[in-house]
Amino acid sequence: MSSAVTNGPLAGWGRYQPRSCAVYRPERRAEVAELLDAGAERPFIARGLGRSYGDTAVNATGSVIDLSRYNCMIQFDPETGVLECEGGVSLAEILDAFVPRGFFLPVTPGTKFVTVAGAIANDVHGKNHHLDGTFSNFVESIDLWTPARGVLTCSPEENSEVFWATVGGVGLTGLILRARLRLRRVESAYVRVDYQRCAHLDVALEAMDTSDNDYRYSVAWVDCLASKGSLGRSVLMRGNHAVTSELPAKLASAPFRLPKRPTLAVPLDFPGFALNSWSITAFNTLFYAANRDAKDKLVDYDKYFYPLDGVLQWNRMYGKRGFIQYQATFPKEEKAGLVKMLEHLASARRASFLVVLKCFGAAGRGLLSYPTPGYTLALDIPNRRGLEAFTRELDQILLDHGGRLYLAKDAVTDPETFAAMYGEDLAKFRELQGTLDPQGVLRSDMSRRLRLTEGKDA
Amino acid sequence: MLNVRSPLPKSVVILGATSGVARYIADQFARLGYAVGLAGRNMEELDRLAVDIRTRYTVSCHTFYFDALAFEGHGAFPVQCEEAFGELPGGVVLCFGFMADQADAQADFAIARRTLDTNLTGAISILEPFAAAFEARKAGFIAALTSVAGDRGRKANYIYGASKGGLTVYLQGLRNRLHASGVQVTTIKPGFMDTPMTYGMKLPGPLVASPEAAAKAMVKAVTGRKNVVYVSCFWRYIMYIIKSIPEWQFKKMNL
Repeated sequence: MSSAVTNGPLAGWGRYQPRSCAVYRPERRAEVAELLDAGAERPFIARGLGRSYGDTAVNATGSVIDLSRYNCMIQFDPETGVLECEGGVSLAEILDAFVPRGFFLPVTPGTKFVTVAGAIANDVHGKNHHLDGTFSNFVESIDLWTPARGVLTCSPEENSEVFWATVGGVGLTGLILRARLRLRRVESAYVRVDYQRCAHLDVALEAMDTSDNDYRYSVAWVDCLASKGSLGRSVLMRGNHAVTSELPAKLASAPFRLPKRPTLAVPLDFPGFALNSWSITAFNTLFYAANRDAKDKLVDYDKYFYPLDGVLQWNRMYGKRGFIQYQATFPKEEKAGLVKMLEHLASARRASFLVVLKCFGAAGRGLLSYPTPGYTLALDIPNRRGLEAFTRELDQILLDHGGRLYLAKDAVTDPETFAAMYGEDLAKFRELQGTLDPQGVLRSDMSRRLRLTEGKDA
Repeated sequence: MLNVRSPLPKSVVILGATSGVARYIADQFARLGYAVGLAGRNMEELDRLAVDIRTRYTVSCHTFYFDALAFEGHGAFPVQCEEAFGELPGGVVLCFGFMADQADAQADFAIARRTLDTNLTGAISILEPFAAAFEARKAGFIAALTSVAGDRGRKANYIYGASKGGLTVYLQGLRNRLHASGVQVTTIKPGFMDTPMTYGMKLPGPLVASPEAAAKAMVKAVTGRKNVVYVSCFWRYIMYIIKSIPEWQFKKMNL
């Protein structure tokens, strides 16, 4: 058996600097085994639904194994809520199958079109990080194919070192073939949301500090073009899963049914001039003006968690040259860094639309896992001339204030900057990676760009 | 006059269940609450897919060893299904098929023969026993995946096209025969779908359907008791144009 391969330009979700890659897309178990054994050109990297923004799952030297069709579910225990599935199962598929049975994802990023394996390899977080931590907190165990040691079952108890290197390890410790994931029991498909407008960053941060713990989910959309007296003006959107007793009779009779809504798509690349600082200012101003403070609004989970998933291929909005997403975290005591970055964004007028702001809770144990306690900002930056110089300026603010970047988003930073942010943990990761993959079978454009591994490629 | 029909069991057998779009067809039926039977040669894969369906949906799912080329066993297959489901299943969807490279099929008769044996002879051999059983019950549905390649012979794939064209004609006749007994026959003509069969081919993106969307349209056609359905639907118009080109012109073309 030999697997078909495509050759063509491949990039992350930001469509920033596509590279020509050989991509396999196995569907059968034996096909996956054969590719890992010897079939796939080495070195390779796993890819899921391609929602990492940068070059995490891109590999121009060697090949890419797309596991999005390796997506069978294996078993579900309604008593414990534990689902066992193959790595390629998407969060959308889990919602589809289990929300009607009263279970929700324990942690979800802002898109449901990611695979379980991708969620673990990037140790994704969601709006509940302040209470629940990252995705890996709900992973009971994984089956990981490693070049040197074959398939290992890893969990916080078993092969725990490998587990914590794989969590956030962007695919460089192996391929996550199976995972056992603990789902959350819910009474409805709805979230009860409070909307609160904050005229200045200080108001938003104050609200987060004092009352985030009243909400399972908390996030703010910030107008990054507002400056001075309205610097960081934002809309806080915080909520809890609605219980049946809070639903009006009409919804309570079918608490797990979602309203039907059409799926939109961006059918082609927008021209470069479509997004400019005027159109964006207009959008941001309207967004702030149109939102009213509201309490206890019932919002279905699709609308609350995945507003952009309703527009397929929204990344085309940024045109052919693509964009990057910049996500940065500042420690709590370094609020000055956050302010500086917002001021810089407002004056440079490069960032697009709304910026997402959230306050993280405690850090997890994944070596390269991103969230650390403090404030995190995420923003889109269209790819225009001078982009790299601009992100270097942002990186410098981060370095000055003890902040860090997120591998799932990064496409441009350099190895020194990354090493300064992850320090000892990166050294530990590289050492362990070397023992699991002494021949250099697992590599990606990102691992080469940021020197995430030691030793040569296969 | 009242049309009295025995209630149709909500169950379906998928023949060739590990092939391309078949898994998604099975998924769509399971989503609608059908008990599903997965039939094919690769038992390891069938079991994997069956476990998947049972986990996602609370429906029963059986697996059957089935080889489209083992004609002699086909007569007893509906009975085998009946034993597993506890009753004759409501319907059957034929998804298996074999497509070789046209040049190989021209050069090697064994390949051409395998194409015809699988896609046409094998289909007739397994659908006749089901047709007889459904006809006797006076209820049921039969659906089969043929191909737009069977609508008109082209030099690029006429041996495959001949096998699928033959299947299309067979289904027409079968539909005509079974109409009297209330058994629905649906001819499904898929265009390009994003499956392993086309993976790696250079195809114009907008013409390629996702297997999920294709399966959804197919199952809707089957449960809606349609006769002939193109998936995606625009292929009906593309093929209408292709079929309308006069032969003296068509023979000179490179399509």
